Amino acid sequence: MSFEIPDDCRFLESHEWARREDGTVRIGVSDFAQDELGDVVFVELPDEGTQVTKDADFGVVESIKAVSDLYAPVSGTVVGVNEDLVDAPELVNEDPYGDGWMLEVELDDESELDALLSPDEYEDQIA
Amino acid sequence: MTERTPPLHGIHEDRGATFTDFGGWEMPVEFDSIRTEHAAVRDSAGIFDVSHMGEIEVSGPDAERLMQRLTTNDVTALDPGEAQYAMITDDDGIILDDTVVYDLPDDRPADFLFIPNAGHDGQMYDRWVTHRDEWGLDATVENRTDDYAMLALQGPEAEERLLDAVADDQRTAICDLSRFSTMTATVGGVDALVARTGYTGEDGFELIVPWDEAVRVWRQFDCQACGLGARDTLRIEMGFLLSGQDFDPEDDPRNPYEAGVGFTVKLDTEFVGRDALEGVEAQGVEEKLTGFRLVDRGVPREGYVVQDLDGEPIGEVTSGTMSPTLNKPIGLAYLPVEYRSPGVNVQVVVRGEPKKAQTQALPFLDR
Repeated sequence: MSFEIPDDCRFLESHEWARREDGTVRIGVSDFAQDELGDVVFVELPDEGTQVTKDADFGVVESIKAVSDLYAPVSGTVVGVNEDLVDAPELVNEDPYGDGWMLEVELDDESELDALLSPDEYEDQIA
Repeated sequence: MTERTPPLHGIHEDRGATFTDFGGWEMPVEFDSIRTEHAAVRDSAGIFDVSHMGEIEVSGPDAERLMQRLTTNDVTALDPGEAQYAMITDDDGIILDDTVVYDLPDDRPADFLFIPNAGHDGQMYDRWVTHRDEWGLDATVENRTDDYAMLALQGPEAEERLLDAVADDQRTAICDLSRFSTMTATVGGVDALVARTGYTGEDGFELIVPWDEAVRVWRQFDCQACGLGARDTLRIEMGFLLSGQDFDPEDDPRNPYEAGVGFTVKLDTEFVGRDALEGVEAQGVEEKLTGFRLVDRGVPREGYVVQDLDGEPIGEVTSGTMSPTLNKPIGLAYLPVEYRSPGVNVQVVVRGEPKKAQTQALPFLDR
């Protein structure tokens, strides 16, 4: 089974992605992760203004069968939260890199993003 | 422990199933998605491989006496071709296992068949043999778990799907088969024990077939393949017990009255645990398996603490999930009997946070 791995995303070993947007970084979980989780039924995310720290947990994603912590691929301040996931957590399954995004973060340290796994490295990890 | 695999393992693998260990068996947990599989069973039909369930056959002049003395229900009430749900309890009335007892149709080689839970077949076989010898009963006990595969065809369209697969001259008998009845039928050319039983709350059939013929029978049914993930969400919606979670003789010993299955206990019969259960019945229980739904957002999981509104712990979640049918987080917990009535406010501690919850009548789903 092949999973979508967009060229413009970088990845954490624990399957979160980060993508540079206009002045911020968007964060979500990978196509592989949503497939492993199965039907996502609940996502718990921090409020705007919260500080997240690279490799530390920032929230929880629950599928029917399991609970998984979410880890921050980068450090920074949360400036946007995908409120659509409150009523439609299944967006994580349907469109993990698009409508299923989770946070927008203002980066503390630009270099953290480049240090994440490249799409090729991530592909090797899940192969 | 050597992992046991069902005869259909290879075709599940080809179909892209994910697997889990269940009672020492490597079983498919999910084929497409739990939600899709669950919906198929509620709306149309789904087929499960439940070959991890044990099969023990009991025969001989004292077969009925042996069954009667080791299960809580009244086996003598059964005619050949009928089945009943029963508990297997120890001397203290603690549930060791729950099971369906089949009084087999006269055309079967054995007299009785019962179905222990996954991984319990060895223990139950030993229990039957030990008690038979102790009581000097004339009965043959055979563990047939590795000889039979078991498939569960469940859902409102199950009958229709089964009719397409059985021999023409058996269709009327299949239609006439009532709930908790069983017959021998030819399914896809294979001799099968067909029972109108199942653990989803829907109409449906369980098919017990020779191990080597399992693939042939499975291929008769062009309907949604379902894994244990959907089986779990379907059974929670009905408030049906899961061995090892909703009762566990070691970690959470429970009697049938606490577990809400007192209807399976016939105190006018003689069975192991009867005297203890007579006492429990007379005295009443302090805790009962209670349904609840989470009012706040979140999903209740096994082991989460249930507390009263003052924050005092009153129980633990034994089973919980997001109900795919109701789209609500639901769960089961042993709570003091005063919390039994529906609509009582409690709290479930989800990752350190008390969340609002409310007791609910079981089953969650009206079926």
